[in-house]
Amino acid sequence: MDGFPLLSLTTFLPLVGVAFILMVRGDEDIVARNSRYAALWTSLVTFALSLFIWFNFDHGTSDFQFVEKAAWLPRFDVSYHLGVDGISMLFVLLSTFLTPICVLASWKAVTSRVREYMIAFLVLETMMIGTFVALDFVLFYIFFEGVLIPMFIIIGVWGGPRRVYSAFKFFLYTLAGSVLLLVAILVMYFQADTTDIPTLLVTDIAPHLQPWLWLALLASFAVKLPMWPVHTWLPDAHVEAPTAGSVILAGVLLKMGGYGFLRFSVPMLPLATDQFTPLIYALSIIAIIYTSLVALAQEDMKKLIAYSSVAHMGFVTIGIFSLTDHGIQGAIFQMLSHGIISAALFLCVGVVYDRVHSREIADYGGLVERMPKYAFVFMIFMLGSVGLPGTSGFIGEFLVLLGAFQDNTWVAFLASTGIILGAAYMLYLYRRVIFGKLEKENLKKLLDLEPREVAVMVPLVLLVLWMGIYPMPFLDVFDASVANLIEGYEGALAASQGVSVAGR
Amino acid sequence: MTIGADIGTALPEVFIAVLAMVLLLVGAYQRTESGRFIAWMSILTIVLAGLLVVVSSDERAVAFNDLFVVDGYTDFAKVLILVGAALALLLSFTYNVNERIDRFEYPVLILFAVLGMMMMVSANDLISLYLGIELQSLALYIIAAFRRDTVRSSEAGLKYFVLGALSSGILLYGMSLVYGFAGTTNFDQLSQVFAADAAEAPAVGLIVGIVFIAAGLAFKVSAVPFHMWTPDVYEGAPTPVTAFFAVAPKIAAMVLFVRVMFGPFGELLDQWQQIIVFISLASMILGAFAAINQNNIKRLMAYSSIGNMGYALVGLAAGTDFGAQAVLLYLTIYLFMNTGAFACILAMRRDGRMVEGIDELAGLSKTNPRMALALGIFMFSMAGIPPLAGFFGKLYVFWAAIEAGLPVLAVIGLLTSVVAAFYYLRIVKLMYFDEPTDRFDRPVGGEISAILVGTSVVTFFFFVGLAPVLNSAERAAAFLFAV
Repeated sequence: MDGFPLLSLTTFLPLVGVAFILMVRGDEDIVARNSRYAALWTSLVTFALSLFIWFNFDHGTSDFQFVEKAAWLPRFDVSYHLGVDGISMLFVLLSTFLTPICVLASWKAVTSRVREYMIAFLVLETMMIGTFVALDFVLFYIFFEGVLIPMFIIIGVWGGPRRVYSAFKFFLYTLAGSVLLLVAILVMYFQADTTDIPTLLVTDIAPHLQPWLWLALLASFAVKLPMWPVHTWLPDAHVEAPTAGSVILAGVLLKMGGYGFLRFSVPMLPLATDQFTPLIYALSIIAIIYTSLVALAQEDMKKLIAYSSVAHMGFVTIGIFSLTDHGIQGAIFQMLSHGIISAALFLCVGVVYDRVHSREIADYGGLVERMPKYAFVFMIFMLGSVGLPGTSGFIGEFLVLLGAFQDNTWVAFLASTGIILGAAYMLYLYRRVIFGKLEKENLKKLLDLEPREVAVMVPLVLLVLWMGIYPMPFLDVFDASVANLIEGYEGALAASQGVSVAGR
Repeated sequence: MTIGADIGTALPEVFIAVLAMVLLLVGAYQRTESGRFIAWMSILTIVLAGLLVVVSSDERAVAFNDLFVVDGYTDFAKVLILVGAALALLLSFTYNVNERIDRFEYPVLILFAVLGMMMMVSANDLISLYLGIELQSLALYIIAAFRRDTVRSSEAGLKYFVLGALSSGILLYGMSLVYGFAGTTNFDQLSQVFAADAAEAPAVGLIVGIVFIAAGLAFKVSAVPFHMWTPDVYEGAPTPVTAFFAVAPKIAAMVLFVRVMFGPFGELLDQWQQIIVFISLASMILGAFAAINQNNIKRLMAYSSIGNMGYALVGLAAGTDFGAQAVLLYLTIYLFMNTGAFACILAMRRDGRMVEGIDELAGLSKTNPRMALALGIFMFSMAGIPPLAGFFGKLYVFWAAIEAGLPVLAVIGLLTSVVAAFYYLRIVKLMYFDEPTDRFDRPVGGEISAILVGTSVVTFFFFVGLAPVLNSAERAAAFLFAV
């Protein structure tokens, strides 16, 4: 298989689907139906390809695998360089897994401009995969930013009543953060004379530049993740986006921020990372406690889940910056788990939204009587979000807290309160929507999950339970890479202390 | 050097000059009123001149007693100018017929303007520089007022003329000061004089002279604070003329600006760098903020071009080889993006009349999805979103700024691009998120459609051809430092 451009194929296969969809001719119904099928099959084949990569992925090494490299701008040593390691492997899988689910989830919900909708999702998939497999900083930036265009269109065209405001807020917030990332990339180029990520990973960046570069990266990744206080675009975007848009937003786009910290901030700027860890801890704890409290007070289901996402991402940043084995593993695991659970929760909201056309919690109640299957599925994801042992959410949060405890007891203590609050708002949500008396007239005729919706939910349920009961196949994937990351980080810190001691 | 060799060096310019005069005579004596034949012949002239430029040697050659220079740098610039002019001329066909200004003088005047621009970029002396600028400007003043039966067009031409004359005066005054202190107007000799005196601080009068020259040139590229004429002239001039103004003269003036600053005044980088940094920053900021409230798309494009010139000036402010390459790359991309955007504007026609309000674009994605897609590509590209062409232009100018140790300029510039993204997105929003009001006239015209397709494909797939364009920009910029 050596030399076969498997990663390029996976990355750009969705664009082949786009070409197919563009060629579809006929009246509106035929175009819509063919577009749906073309998008579904393309995304399924892409998923199969990424599974193939996963099966052939060597767990024992922290090196980049399936590497492809071609000169692009040789004069600046900018190249088309792709590869996966333990950290990025599962994010690729997450992206390819969620896209067919999104296509299925929009099967009936989206009826206008279906062709454009499917094109937007497939383009989005290419950009997401590309972000995780790019091994050149400029290439990474192109994919990272390129995500904005399809997402802007998805929110703005198929979104709710305040879609325009939300789409602009999403776009401009993210862009403002990203341009500083671009400056950082350019400055780092002059440190290493290349934008090649593997080379930059082993380059020592001048200590006096590190804090500035680190803050520039923070500006970009903190908005994307999002961290408090730049999280305000997220609830707006989630509320207005169509269901599938929320799924991708919560499931994959937020993870780009965490991935950025792991891929760039920590290994490339270890001294600044060490210096700024307290800042991250503080912001994360505020995020966890504050946004959990805000979530408690929400009247809108999607907004509640959006705020819970911010809180869960707070765990991720604590895990990453605890810089312990457990912490970082937990952070990655938490991102994957949150990617699935929050995506599933948005799908659950979508299921009832398609029937009732309301996201207000007060408009529901007693759904369990008419929709037992739905109540069961919703319960699993709700408990996963709370972090009940046996679900994937537990593994992630537990490992993060373990790591945080090794580094700073207080951080672990304060973060734990977030779990309690999380249980409170999720259970409260569940009680108000599912339990209680079925009194409202329009709810009395609701139908339970149809086969298509079951097909969407079952894989997600199985994954949540699998990751919660037997997480080793996932943890194994990034074990070596995380160990390597920490080793490199500690080595760099030790070296700089050695220098400063010798300098005295 | 014999006169024959001189003419050989300046063959493309001589060719255009002769053909322009011949076409003028043909037009005057032809029987029909229509300018279509002359217009096609002018495009042919431009294409042939372009071929002459391309096949000519890259080596540096001077002619006419060192007044005129040809090298790889001027060749690169001339190709851009000729492409821009040919596309703008092509864009004018439908409009000119519809608005009953389809007269043969129009293409001929464009030819003279192009000749002036080519002389500008080939200038090797302050005097020949001035002659080039004036030839260009006089032709532009007339075509700005080409719809002489409308008040706005006449006003645009008059305004442009008065302010242009003022800037020419400033430029000339600056030249006289430089001549007074340096004793020569030749670029090569100026450069040698300054290199020889590098040890001592330059005279104040000389600095004043350079400031005046920079101000005059900043007027031509419509950089802040010499931008005031741009929105009015853009709005008032006939739309194809605006499309022409926004591209070829800007490219010519910017290339000339780089040549003057890097060539004769290259040794005085410390003196002029701060001026360029300032006008660059001011242009980017004003271009971003002032466009937000515009409702006329031509005015919006005027502010957009002010902002774009600010970004290009970042490369000049860097004062390095890399900076010059970045400017050339930026201008190349700007040429395609802007021509494409104006092709869309020219297609905005309802019941046979041009409409210019931004709101008219509402719902375009439903009534004319292809045009909406093309304009969407141009808008995202101008906002600098990868992987579209505009991103690479910004990437390289800011890369150059950081290399030259101007990170603050890069950060502020990039932040203004976020502000500017707002109004580009507003157009995308109108086209894609809003409900359509009324359709535009179909068909939009063969040549406009062709240009739309061509420029949007170039803008979208620019990353494929990025490496070769960069290589030729590198070769071209090297000539600036070869002397």
